[in-house]
Amino acid sequence: MKASTVSSTAAASQPANQINVNAPRKSFLARFQRWEWMLVALVVIAIVINSRLTPYFLNAQNLSRTSADFMELGLMMLPMVFIIITGNIDLSVASNLGMCASFMAVLWNLHVNIWIAAGAGLALATLGGLLNGFLIAKVKLPALVATLGTYAFFRGIAYVLLGDQAGRGYPPAFTYLGQGKIPGTLIPFSVGLFAVLAVVFGLVLHRTTFGRYIFSIGNNENASIYAGVQVARIKMTIYIVSGFMAGLAGLVLAARFGSTRPDIGTGLELTVITAAVLGGVDINGGIGTMPGAVLSLLLIGLVRFGMGLKNVQDQVQSIAIGSLLILSILLASVARTISASGLKFNWRNIATAAAFIIVFAAFFFFFFWSRAPVLKSVFG
Amino acid sequence: MKRNTFYIVLSAVAMLSILLSACGTAATPTTSAPAPATSAPAAKRTYVLVPKNLGNPYFDAANTGAQKAATELGVTVLYQGPTTADATAQITMLNALIAQKVSGLAISADDADALVPTGQAAIAAGIPVVTWDSNIAKGGTQLFVNQADTQGIGDSQVQMALQITGPDGGEIAILSATAQAPNQNAWIEVMKTDLAKPEYAKLKLDTIVYGNDDDTTSYNQALALIKTYPALKVIVAPTSVGIAAAARAVKDQNLTGKVFVTGLGTPNALRDYVKSNIIPEFALWNVPDLGYLTIYALDAIASGKIKGNPGDTFTAGTLGSYTIAPDNTILLGKPFIFNKDVIDKFNF
Repeated sequence: MKASTVSSTAAASQPANQINVNAPRKSFLARFQRWEWMLVALVVIAIVINSRLTPYFLNAQNLSRTSADFMELGLMMLPMVFIIITGNIDLSVASNLGMCASFMAVLWNLHVNIWIAAGAGLALATLGGLLNGFLIAKVKLPALVATLGTYAFFRGIAYVLLGDQAGRGYPPAFTYLGQGKIPGTLIPFSVGLFAVLAVVFGLVLHRTTFGRYIFSIGNNENASIYAGVQVARIKMTIYIVSGFMAGLAGLVLAARFGSTRPDIGTGLELTVITAAVLGGVDINGGIGTMPGAVLSLLLIGLVRFGMGLKNVQDQVQSIAIGSLLILSILLASVARTISASGLKFNWRNIATAAAFIIVFAAFFFFFFWSRAPVLKSVFG
Repeated sequence: MKRNTFYIVLSAVAMLSILLSACGTAATPTTSAPAPATSAPAAKRTYVLVPKNLGNPYFDAANTGAQKAATELGVTVLYQGPTTADATAQITMLNALIAQKVSGLAISADDADALVPTGQAAIAAGIPVVTWDSNIAKGGTQLFVNQADTQGIGDSQVQMALQITGPDGGEIAILSATAQAPNQNAWIEVMKTDLAKPEYAKLKLDTIVYGNDDDTTSYNQALALIKTYPALKVIVAPTSVGIAAAARAVKDQNLTGKVFVTGLGTPNALRDYVKSNIIPEFALWNVPDLGYLTIYALDAIASGKIKGNPGDTFTAGTLGSYTIAPDNTILLGKPFIFNKDVIDKFNF
């Protein structure tokens, strides 16, 4: 929570941060009043419920296989946390992933060595990130518009490169990136890669001046400029890093598929942003933690896998994840409003409370109504 | 301070309720088909029919056939697919199905190559994999249920044309997709060979035009055919875009009864034209039968009746006996002819 030391105005609007500002000496309970602990609780709940509902959940082999499904998202999410904390966004990551994988596939089809092809793909993706950074930091386009443009542009290049062709037949040494396991364990290589990079990104964000500048840009960009922070350079850097990581995710995904088509990874950017925001990263910038984002990715993965094991239709899964996101933002904002205005019995608060009670009642009703048959089959 | 604690706890309770209801929704879509883990008797096998995406009438039609096979076989067939035809989502879903150790998977692949590792993983886990509609590349499947072959489709086009003109024959023209379209070109080659045979000698092929699978272009090409060849009797359009556009052109020119259209298409798009006799008949495979045969093939492998090797023979209910071809496929059969007597039985 170094953010709070940089800007108390933004911090005061977030109850979790307010604790740091108002109470330098934390009580035992106060330490647990953070979004991350809430996520930890939710992860534990998800594990308990899932393992109660299906015997296939707590199975090392199954968890190992499914965890690899979420690592490309994770790799793209790490720099996305940086970008969202600065108050920007990158919608182009999944398209950049596709561009990298397609370029690699084209070179591979031309009989270029796979590692050279992969390196070239990575370089192209990094260039893509550079283009984003240039448009946003130098040309000063709004990030939403700039990356919406490159979102279409990068995907278009992927289609131009590969057309209706596919890259296939990658050597085992390469597919190890996506399909292999760390020797002697059941842990997929991609999970290990993500874990190491998550620690690196977390340390950069929370333990370096660079990380503090990221928070300061998100809290007040102009003030940061006047304070001598190299705002343009930092923005440029994080977009380049985002491009590189999107490329890396592209290599991992192509390795997991053992092949590449130009539509590879379409639509992943929305899940990446969802994971970051659910992890407590404020879409308006200035607030967020790396552990929170990683926990929320874990939560999404566990909930999705659990629902998959119970054969919940894909549409319903999306509704569930969407509700989780909306409610998490809604709750944070309501809690903020109430704690800022104090608990007064005015009409606004009563109306809000009533709305909440209705929503909860609806959810509980839905819960019991929909689960009645499952409860019967699970508990006897 | 205390207030904050209160709201955090409140939030936690709220999130818990969402999460529970999220898991709870498991019950809604599929309780009619009990999850294999908890309630199915050990003997009852559970197969999963995986379409490219949900909400597509074509795949839903295949599912009706699959459910019919399930009833006959006394097995459960779940119908599970991604929301959009996307390989990433399909693989995530398949991994959850493999984790449950379902009794068999029948997949219409969103990406022939990307699904190979997943198919291999399923087979390695002892789960039989059969593909239908869209195959998985080598190694990712044990058997492909092919809906139609080139020869059968080409033959059906010429047969329908002769059926429409009657034994006296007449002038026909072909409205194809693009000049490079590999499927259409292969069918047209078969049609040309057939037309050279004595039984089709009365049919005279005027020309082949290309509508590029674009509605407007196809419509204009059909108009041009009608104007250029006044004696034209039948437009053969072996593409779903072309056949609908040609039928509309005939209708707009008030030539119903003089110029007829036939070819390949889907019932829902052509129903009105079939009923108004602009398209007396058209061909496609019988999609419910495709789902039906797929489940029978999967059951034959999963129950150990056959290994799934070339030469193996099994019986698929009312469809009769099938033998696996050397390329590990089985062919559904000749294309199915849709006319006004049968079209209302189909909804896709």
